[in-house]
Amino acid sequence: MAKEMRFHSVFDIIGPVMVGPSSSHTAGAARIGKVVRNIFGEQPERVDIYLYESFAKTYRGHGTDIALVGGLLGMAPDDERLPQSLKLAHEAGIKVTFVPKSDKVDHPNSARIILQKGAHKLSVLGVSIGGGNIQISEINGFKISLSMGTPTFITVHQDVPGMIAKVTQVLSEAKVNIGTMTVTREAKGDNAIMILEVDDRRPDLAAVLRALPDVHNVTYFE
Amino acid sequence: MFNTIVELIDQSAAYASVAEFMVAVEAENSGRTPTQIRAIMARNLEVMEDSIVQGIRGVRSVTGLTGGDAKRLDQYLAAGDFFLGETVLAAVRNAVAVNEVNAKMGLICATPTAGSAGVVAGCLVAARDKLNLTRAQQVDFLFTAGAFGLVIANNAGIAGAEGGCQAEVGSAAAMAAAALVCAKGGNADTAAQAVAITLANLMGLICDPVAGLVEIPCIKRNAMGAAQAFTSADMALAGVRTVIPPDEVIQAMDRVGAQMPSIFKETAEGGLATTPTGQRLRQQVFGDQ
Repeated sequence: MAKEMRFHSVFDIIGPVMVGPSSSHTAGAARIGKVVRNIFGEQPERVDIYLYESFAKTYRGHGTDIALVGGLLGMAPDDERLPQSLKLAHEAGIKVTFVPKSDKVDHPNSARIILQKGAHKLSVLGVSIGGGNIQISEINGFKISLSMGTPTFITVHQDVPGMIAKVTQVLSEAKVNIGTMTVTREAKGDNAIMILEVDDRRPDLAAVLRALPDVHNVTYFE
Repeated sequence: MFNTIVELIDQSAAYASVAEFMVAVEAENSGRTPTQIRAIMARNLEVMEDSIVQGIRGVRSVTGLTGGDAKRLDQYLAAGDFFLGETVLAAVRNAVAVNEVNAKMGLICATPTAGSAGVVAGCLVAARDKLNLTRAQQVDFLFTAGAFGLVIANNAGIAGAEGGCQAEVGSAAAMAAAALVCAKGGNADTAAQAVAITLANLMGLICDPVAGLVEIPCIKRNAMGAAQAFTSADMALAGVRTVIPPDEVIQAMDRVGAQMPSIFKETAEGGLATTPTGQRLRQQVFGDQ
């Protein structure tokens, strides 16, 4: 058989543990929201969510809206508070709007999320590829491909010289190999984002990276 | 790693069981220890059991379209007058329970997907009570199901949007059938027979969710998947053999999925979704679109 192997772990088949009803439309959506919130690094005041194709047509029935907002509040797909997320977001003073779009995009389950707090703004395109697995395909207009399932660090830091060297030195000293690396920023001297896909599971290094000067936030995902 | 049923049977022969082999492969691929891997699976098992208990107590979906059937089945089962054997009817009840909890945005373990999560969990808990399975044997049940599921997922698919309901409930029922065979002492080859019988029987099953919701007919399809899993397991254990080899059945399922029109692949544009009642319910839930 010549088909590409898309599933490698027994937990791709038995799992994830999640709040229903759909692995792609609910669990995947929550994971997108959570990643986006972590990249943003703080609680937004305003979130505009643009939904495309299947997400646009069926988001209410699948709780995609609820899951995205739950993720933006920091909830994982198995957080039993997910069904109350819209109310919790309202209570937290976050203004959320949903805009179903009819534009064609690359993948049927896509959402563009725009977060704002004062002058701090972030735009991310998230894609749910099935079974709760997701990709982040664009940050602030930069095309990137970030697949969840690979150990990944996302740093949010001040755009000052030497940051890449400092971060990669921590990984080098821990003998962690970097598979891919993406660097982007909001504006010169403003917030910058670094995404590092690595070969080893080392969640402990997030705290080490967070302690570096000029680093605002570091998140570790698998 | 294994990519075919033949490879799974051959490679697992060096291990005490298919489950042991699956744990070893997972350890190799993930860098996690077997203890960590078993702990993650034990957590999945707990979620499955909790969702069954919750569903049997009686739940209502977010839309109000479904719910309460697991409770009805539980009362019918308790009354003691029914056609099916007690184990199979309990599995049917359990499967319905999990998917009713799924439809109310409760906590479930996707197996292999959320919409088909009731089949493996439902069969496992019914078999647990029938065979007095230990905790370790119950966790092994899930590794066995996962091993066969990986082959199906990689050679056909597990998403309704790609292959219809055969990919979801069909895959889940085949995984459950294989695990039931092994739980009852059958070997990997016998389990593979049960996989082939199941997938052949459910081939072509379309995904036609009313209003695009994971409710109608998904919940009842899980009941059917659980019943088919026990039928296939008993047939295989009786010595009934598939004429078409398991790997060829999986390839056929993949072709059928690709050839299936998109109106039957989770788009709510065909089958039960476009019946007058299906369309009325869509209006009722979402209003004019």
